[in-house]
Amino acid sequence: MAANAKEIDRDKLLDIYTRTMKVNRTDEKFRALLMQGKVAVMYYCVRGQELVSAAAMAALEKDDYVVCTYRGQGEQTAKGIPIEKWWGECLGKATGTCKGKGGTMHITDPETGIMVTTGVVGSGLPIANGLAMASQNNGDGRVTLVSFGDGAANIGGFHEAMNMAQLYKLPVVFLCQNNRYGEHTAYADHTDSPNIASRAAGYGMPGVTVDGNNVHEVYPAVKEAVDRARRGEGPSLVEAMCYRMMGHFFGSDFSYMPPEHLAEMAAEDPLPKLRKVMLEHQFTEEELDSIVDGINAEIDAAVEHALAAPLPDVSEIYKDVLEEVN
Amino acid sequence: MAEITMTQALNLAIDEAMADDPGVFCLGEDVAAKQGGGVFKITSGLSEKYGENRIRATPISETAIIGAAVGAALAGQRPIAEIMLMNFVGVCMDQIVNHAAKLRFMSGGQTPCPIVIRTTTGVGVGFGGQHSDMLEAWFAHVAGIHVVTPSNAADARGLMRASIDANDPVIFIENILCYGLKSEDPGPGYRVPLGKAAVAREGSDISIITYGRTVLDALSVAADLEKEGISVEVIDLRTIAPYDEATVLASVRKTGRALTLHEAVRPFGTGAELAANIQEKCWDSLKGPVRRIGGTFSAVPFASHLEQAWIPNKADIVAQIKASVGKD
Ligand SMILES: Cc1ncc(C[n+]2csc(CCOP(=O)(O)OP(=O)(O)O)c2C)c(N)n1
Repeated sequence: MAANAKEIDRDKLLDIYTRTMKVNRTDEKFRALLMQGKVAVMYYCVRGQELVSAAAMAALEKDDYVVCTYRGQGEQTAKGIPIEKWWGECLGKATGTCKGKGGTMHITDPETGIMVTTGVVGSGLPIANGLAMASQNNGDGRVTLVSFGDGAANIGGFHEAMNMAQLYKLPVVFLCQNNRYGEHTAYADHTDSPNIASRAAGYGMPGVTVDGNNVHEVYPAVKEAVDRARRGEGPSLVEAMCYRMMGHFFGSDFSYMPPEHLAEMAAEDPLPKLRKVMLEHQFTEEELDSIVDGINAEIDAAVEHALAAPLPDVSEIYKDVLEEVN
Repeated sequence: MAEITMTQALNLAIDEAMADDPGVFCLGEDVAAKQGGGVFKITSGLSEKYGENRIRATPISETAIIGAAVGAALAGQRPIAEIMLMNFVGVCMDQIVNHAAKLRFMSGGQTPCPIVIRTTTGVGVGFGGQHSDMLEAWFAHVAGIHVVTPSNAADARGLMRASIDANDPVIFIENILCYGLKSEDPGPGYRVPLGKAAVAREGSDISIITYGRTVLDALSVAADLEKEGISVEVIDLRTIAPYDEATVLASVRKTGRALTLHEAVRPFGTGAELAANIQEKCWDSLKGPVRRIGGTFSAVPFASHLEQAWIPNKADIVAQIKASVGKD
């Protein structure tokens, strides 16, 4: 444990562990289904980033809002989208969160607070501001968290949104998951500043870079940002350093990722690290295994359900274009 | 009854909607009192009344403005976002096209996006190439957006109210040259339903289908031609997309001739869609090809005589009508 680590109570640790494993098991299952040829859809792997999403979601309240990206499986499942609906949507079924009309890149589930999943890099930040603005306008006390990659930090909307959020002291948390790649482009080939968090200073906002593989860094940083937002003190930028342990989307070439670096990063894998923390906190191997077994069983059942679920009726293409006014 | 200008009409409609619904708020550059109440004064007096949270003066950040409107709408509010001039929509096209227009559909109906995007433009003001374009076709081409433009003050009041009520995104185009037009005030609560065209003038020889400022040209030409025995019907679409097809087709079936007229450039303009649809559906009633008038296919020029030559003028309209009815 890092010397300056803030302590996290056991209940919260267990909560984070459960969410992390839910993200990881979902990821594994998705990859297995793709490899077995049981499904053929776009899937953006989150292997290596599970802890960041899980710890961030654990820092939010149930009715807080989240905006995420195509690589949002972690936020979505960790925030608690009912998994049958989640799988239904990913497989394009009528039982999905969006009746199969959104898909893996466009998952929406307002009941869980997942308000937008966008496939356009960097476009979630301005929208998160609007959700936060609504909360500020009507005083509902909600916080909005928006997750995005390091590549997104170079989009104009990032800068516009950071400035606007700070100007109005919006209750929003900007969470950059710096997984070191934007598609095939390594961080150093798209950005020459040492990190993303330092940009916050340019907008008058707090910014912090944390080790995304260390629960004692991610959770307290996001929690502090969420608390600050809820107190009305405005936005923060949290940059979690992590590593995309696979290609950009599942099945895509990743020969541009140096094998030495991959091996080096494998040593930083957040999962064994989290397991170690759990054991240090007197959780037993059996307890932890049984949590994972439970999650696996739940996912297997959800996938079976989704595979068997009906496809959306073709008439759906005419629906939800505009409000139907008769 | 008192007369109001289009500027006043829009201000009244927004004021009234804000008074009725605390979820209605405005955001845009210079919109609050401190900055003078909007470049064209549409939000004048409102920040004093409703405070600076509900009339939010923003940085020059079009993507952030529309993004914020989208997010607030998803959370149940009814934002009215101002994009100072229509040419600047290019800066925030992603938020409009990929997000506002599609979030209802992609979420399977869960997250409608009720925003009004007010914007202004118009040829004839001397603003030159980057501040004058009518870009309604860009939006009419995207499913999930209403495109609205008023041609008179009363409609402006009613269409703005209906746009704020609408549960989907609306691009509300205000022509700078129309701001001073006066109508009798239709009074509080007045609404002009979206998707309903007006027969601005009845006639029997040819239908002109138009909207916005060019409705004035069409009406003026129609009045002149009446004296020469040509009877022109003028359809003011008011909502460009999705448009009132029934009214358009009924008019063309009656007159047997059609001319589409708009300020936007002619190629790939909304006139092309209207003409194609009329041709398909009214073939049996048509006495000749549907004609189209639009702006010149170039950037809007600065020098005033060039600008005037660029824009469709009454002489063009008269010539096309005469050619169509066989009196040229
Ligand atoms: C505006 C935009 N440009 C390009 C793309 C294509 N694209 C999809 S993902 C991606 C990389 C984004 O990298 P990053 O923001 O770091 O997120 P990550 O995929 O690493 O989670 C790119 C360039 C896009 N979706 N949107």
